[in-house]
Amino acid sequence: MDFRYSDEQLALQDTLQRFSARSYTFEQRRAISRTPQGHSAAAWRELADLGVLALPLTEEHGGLGGNGVDVMLVMEQFGRALLLEPYLSTVVFGASLLQAGGAPALRQELLPRIAAGEVKLAVAAYEAAGRYRLQHIECRAQRHGSRWRLEGRKAVVLDAPAADYLIVAARVSGASASPRGISLFLVARDRTGVTVVPYATQSGGRAADVELKGVELEPAALIGAEGQGLPLLERALQPTLAALCAEALGVIGALNEATLEHLKSRRQFGVPIGTFQALQHRMADMYIAAEQARSMTILAAVHAQDVDLARQRRIMSAAKAYVGRAARFVGQQAVQLHGGMGLVDDVPVSHYFKRLTMIDLTYGDAAYHFGCCSDSLAASGGAPGISAAADGGVRSDHHRSPAA
Amino acid sequence: MDLTYTKDEEAFRAEVRAFLESELPPELRGHAQLEARAPQEALRRWQRILHRRGWGAGMWPQRFGGAGWSVVQQYIFEEECALAGAPPQLPFSIRMVAPVLMTFGSPAQQEYFLPKILSGEHWWCQGYSEPGAGSDLASLRTSAQRQGDHYRVNGQKTWNTLGQYADWIFCLVRTDSTARAQQGISFLLIDMKSPGIEVRPIVTLDGGHEINDIFFADVEVPLGNLVGEENRGWTYAKFLLGHERTNNAAIGQCKRQLAALKRLAASYPPGGTPLLGDRRFRDELTAVELEVQALEITNLRVLSALAREGRSPGPEASLLKIKGSEILQQLAELKMHLLGHDALPYLREAPEADWSIAPLMESHYPPSAAALSGQYFNQRKTTIYAGSNEIQRNIIAKAILGL
Repeated sequence: MDFRYSDEQLALQDTLQRFSARSYTFEQRRAISRTPQGHSAAAWRELADLGVLALPLTEEHGGLGGNGVDVMLVMEQFGRALLLEPYLSTVVFGASLLQAGGAPALRQELLPRIAAGEVKLAVAAYEAAGRYRLQHIECRAQRHGSRWRLEGRKAVVLDAPAADYLIVAARVSGASASPRGISLFLVARDRTGVTVVPYATQSGGRAADVELKGVELEPAALIGAEGQGLPLLERALQPTLAALCAEALGVIGALNEATLEHLKSRRQFGVPIGTFQALQHRMADMYIAAEQARSMTILAAVHAQDVDLARQRRIMSAAKAYVGRAARFVGQQAVQLHGGMGLVDDVPVSHYFKRLTMIDLTYGDAAYHFGCCSDSLAASGGAPGISAAADGGVRSDHHRSPAA
Repeated sequence: MDLTYTKDEEAFRAEVRAFLESELPPELRGHAQLEARAPQEALRRWQRILHRRGWGAGMWPQRFGGAGWSVVQQYIFEEECALAGAPPQLPFSIRMVAPVLMTFGSPAQQEYFLPKILSGEHWWCQGYSEPGAGSDLASLRTSAQRQGDHYRVNGQKTWNTLGQYADWIFCLVRTDSTARAQQGISFLLIDMKSPGIEVRPIVTLDGGHEINDIFFADVEVPLGNLVGEENRGWTYAKFLLGHERTNNAAIGQCKRQLAALKRLAASYPPGGTPLLGDRRFRDELTAVELEVQALEITNLRVLSALAREGRSPGPEASLLKIKGSEILQQLAELKMHLLGHDALPYLREAPEADWSIAPLMESHYPPSAAALSGQYFNQRKTTIYAGSNEIQRNIIAKAILGL
């Protein structure tokens, strides 16, 4: 039982903190957010040079073989910096899909380029009518001779404007909500027939609605076996959810620090407002929420590569639901405790609050994942649940980290 | 980052499990299965059984007869005991007065008292709170005046737990009324058989008798029963509170109760549609389950830090107390709501019969329901005792957040 980061991991943390202080301050981030593309090619190159893009990728493809705890550490720091770069889409969700289902030639072609910062990905899975249900895919893929033709729409594809490739979930057979008959395709964003309608998100990043109209693809574009796309998506979603929890944890930490500082420095009635018990108790509850959220995030990170998918899904839903609720509580209370200052665009608090809110809404909000946990309780028939440590414990193995 | 137990710890867990299987008599498990409070004889008997195995006090150093366990071993032991439905060990004896005696007591006190705590011969209770001194404990007024070779003690202690069975009480008393509140307090050990002590039951809202008022009228206490130095009692009291907090999260208890509630929800009401199929009920149950899961990890994080740094719990124990006590209340509340109108019947004789009343109303109750709604009322204590949750938030604000 050891909850500490290794020396290598602490060195990586230090590296990332120096990166943020150098290249991703609040003012720099604002400037990046206001550019047309909404992300920074220079920052992405820096992350590539630091080895952070290679971190979770397998060693045979130029990666460093990092595990879920490494990604947790990175995402927590990115949360603190309110990073706008397409890390989650490219290196976590997208690369996980390629690693799980991509043909050897495709992996060999793309993964080293992802590690080097030359290729960015976006996952175009969710659709408007499906809400958070991955199996709800209406977008169709039909064979035309040896080629595929894609028709359909994808809603709110995160980081699509920045992506070189989209990984598109399309239906090759079955009704619109059937778990079977879904396939994944690698589609160049500038491919004929692909229309990307970009917009900024509430938290300053970029996303797009994507229309696919007669998009012709060669057979090699298929990722994984035909009709086997949903298990791949679900497998790759799990480390993505763990990473989102870690990002939220970073934002929660930064927000609690800012709020505590405000309580100590802001004076009213001749004293710091932090001397008032009503505010002290609120802050104590925010501290408790952060610690409990950290515990659930650790649990998720350690199970990010769990081979038992049912257990892994239950843990990720529990973590995403718990962290989502903690994020909502801390975000709202931080704004409240900051008073008017919490409403001002020039003050970081409002940006942290907005990012926490958007993280909750991404890939299943607290209510959705809470419902998944509740359904799994019903399915269990009242059997004991997953023990956090005693039986279900997973060791996060030793691995290489990038040079600090 | 490693959430697994070591091989040695796993072996220790297996050893504890095997011990519980062979040495915990079925009649001592029954109370926990009924969610009822174990009677005093069960606690004493269990203490004797543990003592025979050398496990009378796991965390005590071996030179005092303890098992010298690490905090992780102690946690594993408590978790297994709770899951097996063993009676609790008396915290006032083992985790509260004993560490004070080991640290501040005289060799004579250590030699006399510690073996009797281990064997279960002495049952200790706590004399801290007074009618005018609750959260503001330092304003206590029970006085002890030196007269020759003894102190003369006068005053009243309240919210005393299980003192009706106690052989001894450790008391905070005022030995200097002119000093500042915290500085005139001493820590006295008082024989409950002393003339002038009267124990009056306080019947609680569940109809049970768990707590008492204790009156002291000219009670004579030998000077040798003073712990440490006169007027330094506040220091010892705070030290004791640190040890009281070591099982604050009550994880084993939370997990056992959660598992029992889930089983009940899958089968209740008999012959009807199980409550587990009711989405609204199940969502509430899920919410508690997630809280237990998060708290279990938080508790392990705290324990592993304590083990590494070789220290007693600090203010982080307040987090564990707040969450653990809230969970126990939520579980009790859910159990009551699970029963629905079956939670209405109340049997006056239940507390006196140690809640073992299932046979009396077998046709009405499920076997484990006898004490359920009483438990809901009883469990309102958890956010009040051992430092109310508001006091715990004050501690977090001050000691962790620096407010």
